Amino acid sequence: MTQQNRLQSGGRIDRSKPMTFTYNGKQFTGFQGDTLASAMLANGINVVGRSFKYSRPRGIIACGAEEPNAVLQLGATEATQVPNVRATQQELFNGLVSASTNGWPSVDTDVMGMIGKVGGSMMPPGFYYKTFMFPQSLWDSYETMIRKAAGMGRSPLESDPDTYDNVNQHCDVLIVGAGPSGLAAALTAARGGARVIIADEQSEFGGSLLNTKETLDGKPAAEWVRAVVEELATYEDVMLLPRSTVNGYHDHNFVTIHERCTDHLADIAPVNQARQKHHRVRAKWVVLATGAHERPLVFSNNDVPGCMVSNAVSTYINRYGVVPGNELVLMTTNDYGYQAALDWDDAGRKVVAIVDTRASGKGSRAEAARKRGLNIISGSAVIEVQGSKRVSSVSVAAISADGHKVTGSVTKLKADTVASSGGWSPVIHLSSHTGSRPTWDDQIVGFVPGPTVQKQLTAGGINGQYDTAVALKQGFDAGQKALTEVGLSAAEVVLPKAETLKTDAPMSLFHIPHLKPTSQAPKQFVDYQTDVTAAGIEVACREGFESIEHVKRYTAMGFGTDQGKLGNINGMAVAAKALNKTIPETGTTIFRPNYTPISFGAIAGRNCGALFDPERYSAMHMWHVEHGAKFEDVGQWKRPWYFPQGSETMQQTLDRECLAVRDSVGILDASTLGKIDVQGKDAREFLGRVYSNAWAKLAVGKCRYGLMCGEDGMVFDDGVSACLGDNHFLMTTTTGGAARVLEWLEIYHQTEWPELEVYFNTVTDHWSTLTISGPNSRKLLEELTDYDLSNDNFKFMDWKQMKVAGVPARVFRISFTGELSFEINVQANYGTHVWEKLFEAGKKYNLTPYGTETMHVLRAEKGFIIAGQDTDGSVHPYDLGMGWCVSNQKPFSYIGKRGMNRVDCVRPNRKQLVGLKTKDPKAVIPEGAQAVLDPKEPIPMTMIGHVTSSYWSANLGHSIAMGFIKGGLDKMGETVYYPLANGTVIEAEICSPIFLDPKGERQNV
Amino acid sequence: MFHIYCPHCAEYREEEEFHAAGQAHIPRPLDPDACSDKEWGEYMFFRKNPRGIHHELWVHAAGCRKFFNMTRDTQTYEIKEVYKIGEQPSVVAE
Amino acid sequence: MQHYSGFGLFKHSLTHHENWQRVWRNPTPKKKYDVIIIGGGGHGLATAYYLAKEHGVTNVAVIEKGYLGGGNTARNTTIVRSNYLWDESAHLYEHAMKLWEGLSQDLNYNVMFSQRGVLNLGHTLQDMRDIERRVNANRLNGIDGEVLDPQSIKEIVPHMDCSANSRYPVMGASWQPRGGVARHDAVAWGFARGADSYGVDLIQQTEVTDLIIEDGTIVGVKTNRFGDIKADRVGSVVAGNSTVIAKMAGFELPLESHPLQALVSEPIKPVLDTVVMSNHVHGYVSQSDKGDLVIGAGIDGYTGYGQRGSYPTIEHTVQAIVELFPMFSRVRMNRQWGGIVDTCPDACPIISKTPIKNLFFNCGWGTGGFKATPGAGNVFAASLAKGEMHPLAEPFSMFRFHNGALIDEHGAAGVAH
Repeated sequence: MTQQNRLQSGGRIDRSKPMTFTYNGKQFTGFQGDTLASAMLANGINVVGRSFKYSRPRGIIACGAEEPNAVLQLGATEATQVPNVRATQQELFNGLVSASTNGWPSVDTDVMGMIGKVGGSMMPPGFYYKTFMFPQSLWDSYETMIRKAAGMGRSPLESDPDTYDNVNQHCDVLIVGAGPSGLAAALTAARGGARVIIADEQSEFGGSLLNTKETLDGKPAAEWVRAVVEELATYEDVMLLPRSTVNGYHDHNFVTIHERCTDHLADIAPVNQARQKHHRVRAKWVVLATGAHERPLVFSNNDVPGCMVSNAVSTYINRYGVVPGNELVLMTTNDYGYQAALDWDDAGRKVVAIVDTRASGKGSRAEAARKRGLNIISGSAVIEVQGSKRVSSVSVAAISADGHKVTGSVTKLKADTVASSGGWSPVIHLSSHTGSRPTWDDQIVGFVPGPTVQKQLTAGGINGQYDTAVALKQGFDAGQKALTEVGLSAAEVVLPKAETLKTDAPMSLFHIPHLKPTSQAPKQFVDYQTDVTAAGIEVACREGFESIEHVKRYTAMGFGTDQGKLGNINGMAVAAKALNKTIPETGTTIFRPNYTPISFGAIAGRNCGALFDPERYSAMHMWHVEHGAKFEDVGQWKRPWYFPQGSETMQQTLDRECLAVRDSVGILDASTLGKIDVQGKDAREFLGRVYSNAWAKLAVGKCRYGLMCGEDGMVFDDGVSACLGDNHFLMTTTTGGAARVLEWLEIYHQTEWPELEVYFNTVTDHWSTLTISGPNSRKLLEELTDYDLSNDNFKFMDWKQMKVAGVPARVFRISFTGELSFEINVQANYGTHVWEKLFEAGKKYNLTPYGTETMHVLRAEKGFIIAGQDTDGSVHPYDLGMGWCVSNQKPFSYIGKRGMNRVDCVRPNRKQLVGLKTKDPKAVIPEGAQAVLDPKEPIPMTMIGHVTSSYWSANLGHSIAMGFIKGGLDKMGETVYYPLANGTVIEAEICSPIFLDPKGERQNV
Repeated sequence: MFHIYCPHCAEYREEEEFHAAGQAHIPRPLDPDACSDKEWGEYMFFRKNPRGIHHELWVHAAGCRKFFNMTRDTQTYEIKEVYKIGEQPSVVAE
Repeated sequence: MQHYSGFGLFKHSLTHHENWQRVWRNPTPKKKYDVIIIGGGGHGLATAYYLAKEHGVTNVAVIEKGYLGGGNTARNTTIVRSNYLWDESAHLYEHAMKLWEGLSQDLNYNVMFSQRGVLNLGHTLQDMRDIERRVNANRLNGIDGEVLDPQSIKEIVPHMDCSANSRYPVMGASWQPRGGVARHDAVAWGFARGADSYGVDLIQQTEVTDLIIEDGTIVGVKTNRFGDIKADRVGSVVAGNSTVIAKMAGFELPLESHPLQALVSEPIKPVLDTVVMSNHVHGYVSQSDKGDLVIGAGIDGYTGYGQRGSYPTIEHTVQAIVELFPMFSRVRMNRQWGGIVDTCPDACPIISKTPIKNLFFNCGWGTGGFKATPGAGNVFAASLAKGEMHPLAEPFSMFRFHNGALIDEHGAAGVAH
C-alpha cells in the first residue's frame, strides 16, 4: 500500500523505520513516530467509524485527546483486546491490529446508515423517553434492540495477561503538560533545586512546539525543546513522565497520573514489565500548563470525513509529514486558524479558499496568507458541506456581522478538506476537578480556571494565552512562584526569544447560520460522538430544558468518551442563543476525572487476587493445610472450617469431630481470637465501664466472660478477659471484631476518660492459642507439663502460668464447648511445636483437630451465642436471655446501660433468643428461616423471628437450633412454624437454648 | 484524598492512615441515668452536620492510633486546623 | 399535556420537531400555596405529582435551588430493588417497586425501567446466613427472591469469576428478578412533567433562605428570588442538605451528609445483563443501555457537601470490580463523580413530622433514595395531603431515635455506612 498523503520530507517520523498495521483486516504501512491516526491519514483512510445514533460515516477530525470519532478496537488476541482507543493518541507499532467499532456489515457499507438517514428525523433528543412505552410487555424487546445498537468497542472475554503498578510519588512541583509553558516552568523549578515531576500525555515533550514552524532564538523550536529536556534529565530530583496523562486533580494536591509504559511497543507488555503505571502524586504545588483545544465550527454536514479542526491539519503536516487531503477550504473566526492554510500551502497542495467570518483579519498570519496571494473570502462562512464518505464541495456565503444570518448568495467550491477554527478552549478540566467553577472570559471567548483552594498555578494556553512568548514567560513565572512557595530561592533562566506575531481580535462565533432555519438545515453537529446537533439542542431548549445541565443530560452532549472536549462550549453557545442568554448565564461547564479514560487494571494495580486483601494465617496454618483442612474466611483470617478425612462428607466430618470432643478430646486453633493487653492502675475500672457485667472483684488468676454493648445497649462483641495482675488484664474479642474493639477502647479512653491510667495494646499475633477440649483434655495436658492440673489446684475459670512442652504458657481453664477445656497460650513462634507435641501425646486419646463449624455446633449444644451470628446489632443482653451478664449495681453507668433502658428496649414482646426443638428430630431448620405462628396465613405473613444457629447434633441425636421469637422467653413449650422456600414447613417447639448439660457439670470436673 | 497533619506524630500523612470518627466535642453525659430518652437519643444520634466549618474527630488508625480534632470546611474540604483532644478550636463558623 | 407516542414522534418529524410543547412551565410563584415542597429532585417531584394526582391537591409549588433532578437523582447508579430485610422497609420499598412497574405508562414518559434482576453476592458463611434470612423474610412478605448457588450465578453472569480462586470466593447470592435499573434523569423529568400538567408550579433556580414559623407552626418560606411565599404545609425533600433546612427550623436531625462516589466505564457492547452487588468486597456494577459499566463505590467516612470523595474509595471499588470480573481489567474507566448522601444511623430514611407543626421531612435515604422514588413520593404526598403520616411512613419517624425503635438495614442497604 502506498502512503499517498505522505510528504517526501519533514515531520518527526522516521522514514527509515516502516511499520505495518492492520485496520479492519487490511494491511497498511506507516512509520515510527506516527500515531495510528496519522498513519491512517497517510494511507488515505477516510472513514474510521460510524456514528452512534445516525450511523453516519465519520473521519478523523482532531489530533489528540479531544478526538471524538477515531475510536477504535485494538488488540491482536482475545485477551489483549482494548475497546475505544483514540487513534490520535495511539502510537503506531509494528503489528498493531485495529478495527472500527460500529457499522454492519462494514464501516464503509453500513446498513444502519440507511436507517439513520430514513429514521434519523424521528430521533430528536430524548426520543426514547417519548416512545417504546406501549405495550408495556414489549419494553424488554425494545431494550434489547437499543442495547445492541449502543456501546462502541467490546470488552475482552479473557483475563488480562498484563500487570499494572501503582506508584506513590511526592514532589515540590508537579507540572502538567510539557509544552512551552510547562517546560519553562520545569526548567525554572529544576534549576532552583526543587523536586519536580513533569508529565505529558504525548510520546515526546514539546507540546505545541512539536507541531509548529515557529522558531525560538531563531532556530527551530524543537531544538530548544531538546536542550531543555536534556538538561532536565540531568537533575536527580526531576522526574520526566512522557506518555503520562494527568487524569485527576483531587483534594489537597493529590494528583493521579496514568503512564502507558508499553502500549507503544506491542499489544502485550514485554516480560517483567508493567503495561501501565498509575502514579499517585502528592505535590506541594501544581502547575497546570495544559494548553488549549481548538474548537471546530458548527455548520451543516460538518461531520463528513474531511472536516477537521485547523490545528490538526497543521499538526499532521508539520509533525507527521502527512497532508490529509488535496484541496483545502479553511474557515476561521480568528487569526490562529490561518496557520493551517499556510502549512497546507507549504506542503504544496491547493488552498481553495480561506473563509474568514470576520470583516477582515489583520494579524500576522492573515497578512502572510494575503502576501502569498491565497484566496481569502472575508465576512463569510462555509454554511454547508457536500459529500458522504468524503467532502466533495462546500457552500460559502456572506454572513451578517453578528454571525446570525446568511446575507449573501451561495458559492460552491470544490474541496476535499474543510478545516475550521472557532477559537480555542483552554484545557481547564483538571482545575475544575476539585470543585472550582470555571469563569467565562469574553476577551479570549472561553472559560478559564476559577478561584481554587488548591495550591495551583496556571501558565500558557490554559489562561487563554496562546502566543509562545507569553506562554514561556508565564511558565517561568509559575516556576519561580513555586520555588518561593516551597522555600527555595529564585532560579536563573534566560528564556529564548520567540517570534512576535500580531493577532487580531477573534470573532465570538460558534454556530454558523444556514439558509434554512437550524431545525430544517442539514445536520449541524455539536458533539460528534453522541450525535448531538444544533437542532437537537434547540429542541431541548424549546421543550423547557433550559439549564445547561438539563441540555447536556437531555441531549447526551458531553457524555461520550471524549467528554465533550470539542463540543461542550459550542453546545453552550447554541443553547445560549436559543434561550437568548449569554454563555455564562446558561451555566458553566464542569469536568470530572478522568481527563481521558484509564484501564481499570491500572487503577487496581496489583491489589487483586491474593493481594486484594491480606490473608492472615495462624502459626499452625501449614499444619492445617497439610492435614486437609477446609478454610473459612473470618475477617482477613483463614480459619480451619473442618478437617475432612478420606471421602467423608462435610456432615460426616462434623459428626466425627463433635463426637470426638465429647467422648475424648479435640483441639481447636483459637489463635485468631482478638487479644488486647490492658494495663494500668485503672484497668479494672475501665473494664467495668465497657463491659455490661462487674469486674471490680475479679481476683488475680481468674477469668470472666463479658458482653460489650454500644451506647444504645445493643451487644456488639463478647469474650473472656483474664486478670493477670491487679493492674493487668488480657481481653479477648471475636476474631472479626478485634480491631473495632481496640478502637472502641481507645476512643473512650482518649476522648471521655483520659484521667484513667490505662494502656491498650493489641497482642493477637503475639500468641498462639491451642484449645484442647473434652473429658481427656486434662490427661493429655498432664503429659506435657509438670504443673498440677487437678481440679483443686486449677479450677474452672482460673488461668495459670506453666510450662507446656517445655515452653512458657498461659493456660486458661475456660470452655466454649461445655467440656473440660484448656486454652493453651504460647508465644506464637512456639505454636506449631506445642501443637505437634500435643498430637504426639494425643494419639492414644484419639486427639482430633476440629474447625470452626464443629466449634459452632458444640457451643450451640450449650446455648452459647456467637456475637455477629446470634446478634445483629439490634439485641441487648436481656433479649439474649443473658441478663445474668448485666450488673446494674455498678456505680458507674457503664456503656450500654442507659441505652438498654429506653422505652422501646424495655417494651414487652421484643424478639428474644430461645432454643428451638424440631418436632421431627431429624429436620434441621435452615439458618435464616423465618418463624410464623400460623403457617396457613396468606402472604404477606406475620413473621415473629428467625433462626440464627441451627445444626445436626451427633451427640444428642437430634437437630438443635437457636433463634429469635417475639416474646420468646415467655413462650416456652409453644409451637412455631418455619415455611421454607421449597414449600415445606418445619414445626418446632420453643425451648431453652441449653440442650446439653444444663448444670454445667462436664466443664467443672 | 486528604493530606492530614497528625498533631501527635507532628507530620503530614495520607488520609489512608486515618479515619473520620464523626462530630467532635460531644461529651458523654456525666449522669446517663438522669437523661431522658430524648436527651440520650440526641447524644447518640443527632448531629450538627454543617455545610461549611465543621469540627470533627479523626483517628490516626494506621499510625499512632491517637484521636484528634480537625476543623474542616465540608464544602471545599480545606483543613483549617488540627488540635488535640481537650483543646478548643481557634477557627469557628461565624 | 401533549401525549407522547411513536406516532407523535413521526408527526413531529414532519414539522422538523419545531412544535414540541414545553415539558413544564416556568411560572412565577403565587403568594400562597396549599403545599410547598422544598427540593425538586426525584422525591420532591414525585411527591408533587402524587399530591395532585391522588389527592387532588394541585395548589402546590416545588422550589428548587438549582435545576430539577440535579441532586442525587442525577448522580446515582440507578439501581431499583425492594429486597430489604425488615418488614417496615421491605413494605416501603415494595410499594415503590409496584409503582415502578407501571410508571412509564402512568407518566406517559419512558423512564426505561428495566427489570434485569439484581444479584447480591455472599462471600462468607455469615453473608450467606444473612442472605437466607433476608430472602426468607422477603418471600413471606410477598417480595420475589431466591438464594442462588455459584453455579446458578454463573449462568446469569457468565463473565464473573465464580471460582474458588479469588480472595473472597462467591459462595452464593440473593436474586431479585424484578429488580433492575431505570433511566435516572427521566424519572425526575417524567414526574415533573406530570406534576406540571396538574398545575403544580415548578420554581427552579430559587433557593429557600429561611422558613417562616409562627408559634411553632410553619406558615411559609423565604426565597432569594421571590421573597416570602406562604403555605399551609411544607415538605422538605432536600436529601444531603436536610440539616441546613432543619437548622432554619431550629432543630437537629440524626443525619450526616457523606460523599458517595460512582464511576462509569467507556461504553462497550452488551456484556453484563444484570445488576451485581457485593457488600463484602464493596462494589456494585451494572451495564447501562448506552453500554457504560455503571459502578458504585462506598461511602466516604467524613462529612462532605463537595459532591466528591476521596480517591482510595474509587481505587478500592475498581479493585473489587477487577477481582469479580478479571476481564474488565483492559476496559477503561471514563468518568467518576460524587453525590451527597444523607445517612441515618440505622440506614433507614426519615419520613416524618417534625417539632414544627405542618413541617414534614423526607430525608436520610443514604444509598437507598433513587429506588424508593415513586414510593417515597407517594407516601409523603399522602402524609402532606392529610397532615397525618401514611401507615407505611409511620415507622420512619425521626422520633424513633429517641425511643430506640430503630430499623437497622445496614446489612441490606448495599453499602457499608
